[in-house]
Amino acid sequence: MRLLDFLFPERRNTAAIARDRLKIVLAHERASAQAPDFLPALQKDLLEVVGRYIEIRDDMLRVNVARAGDTSLLEINVELDGAVIKPVGNGAAPANPKPVPVAITVAKPDPTSEPPWVKPD
Amino acid sequence: MRLRPGRRRWPPGEGGGLLPAKIIVLTSGKGGVGKTTSAAAVAAGLAMRGHKTVVIDFDVGLRNLDLIMGCERRVVFDFINVINGDAKLNQALIRDKRNDNLYIFPTSQTRDKDALKRDGVERVLDELKDSFDYIICDSPAGIEHGAITALYFADVAVIVTNPEVSSVRDSDRIIGILASKSRRAEHNLDPVEIHLLLTRYSPDRVEKGEMLTIDDVKEILSIPLLGVVPESESVLRASNTGTPVVFDEGSPAGQAYLDAVARLLGEPRELRFLRPERRGFFRSLFGRA
Repeated sequence: MRLLDFLFPERRNTAAIARDRLKIVLAHERASAQAPDFLPALQKDLLEVVGRYIEIRDDMLRVNVARAGDTSLLEINVELDGAVIKPVGNGAAPANPKPVPVAITVAKPDPTSEPPWVKPD
Repeated sequence: MRLRPGRRRWPPGEGGGLLPAKIIVLTSGKGGVGKTTSAAAVAAGLAMRGHKTVVIDFDVGLRNLDLIMGCERRVVFDFINVINGDAKLNQALIRDKRNDNLYIFPTSQTRDKDALKRDGVERVLDELKDSFDYIICDSPAGIEHGAITALYFADVAVIVTNPEVSSVRDSDRIIGILASKSRRAEHNLDPVEIHLLLTRYSPDRVEKGEMLTIDDVKEILSIPLLGVVPESESVLRASNTGTPVVFDEGSPAGQAYLDAVARLLGEPRELRFLRPERRGFFRSLFGRA
């Protein structure tokens, strides 16, 4: 079959795919391996505070530390799509006690773009 | 500094005092990449260079170094016996029949995972340090107790990696663990000296774009390269007969390991065996890959 391969080459550089996949996955894993230990506790506290105003599920709030060169960036992402505003506190009854769906739209990150800390070659 | 063959001394030369042994761990995270083969080859290579060397099997319950070294029928006492005080060190050490500088320290086949106690291991290593130049630790796969214990006391770590995605990823993980969980990291000493040993490298497949190149792996892991061992039929032949592959003089893999040992001793060596084998015209037309 070597002769056929030679006449009809179907070349795909799979090694280059392997290299690119590894670079991306390791960038993520190194960032999370270096994440400070307090992140889960911070996430829990933030959920409690945000939860006083908006009804959100646990998975709608994410806390991350991203790194780009020498800079560390604390990222807090709160997904508001479909979240429900709670009646405002202060003892007084709110004008509209019925929960209203939030009209805030959050720009979704483009899944095809690379995370900011992955540098192109 | 170029190390003289023979015992490690300071100052160098016959008048110098003996240095305590250097502890070298061969580790990888992933299984099946060639840790035991490499540990046997590096230990035998150091012994061939005149250094008194012992190679220890840390894979408790899955003993295999004895088979690779061809001394499986001479095992009486093991590492765990010595840790527990049931045997003396010199009762458990097996002297290699091919090289007087080489000793094998087999492990136990016990299923008790916690048999490898850290303080016991430290005591045994301290005793070995006085009478050897190099202590080679053959780590089990994974990142569990056995693997952590194997790398904990290391001065030097050789990361055995195949040019393949899962192996490279696991190597990266182990490099992270060395930087945070080793004795040197915990005691704020100089960090463990880390080297990359790329094994099962196939120049043929790299040329076709089917395998990560040396530079790819070096760039991704960003650690210095100790050696590249080509995929070679002689490795299986050596393990079949219980011979460290460096004792097979005609073998490219054996030569590549000896080059790596020389670099470990601080001697520069060119990389070899990186070109695809030339095939005959008919084999290239009809031969199978």
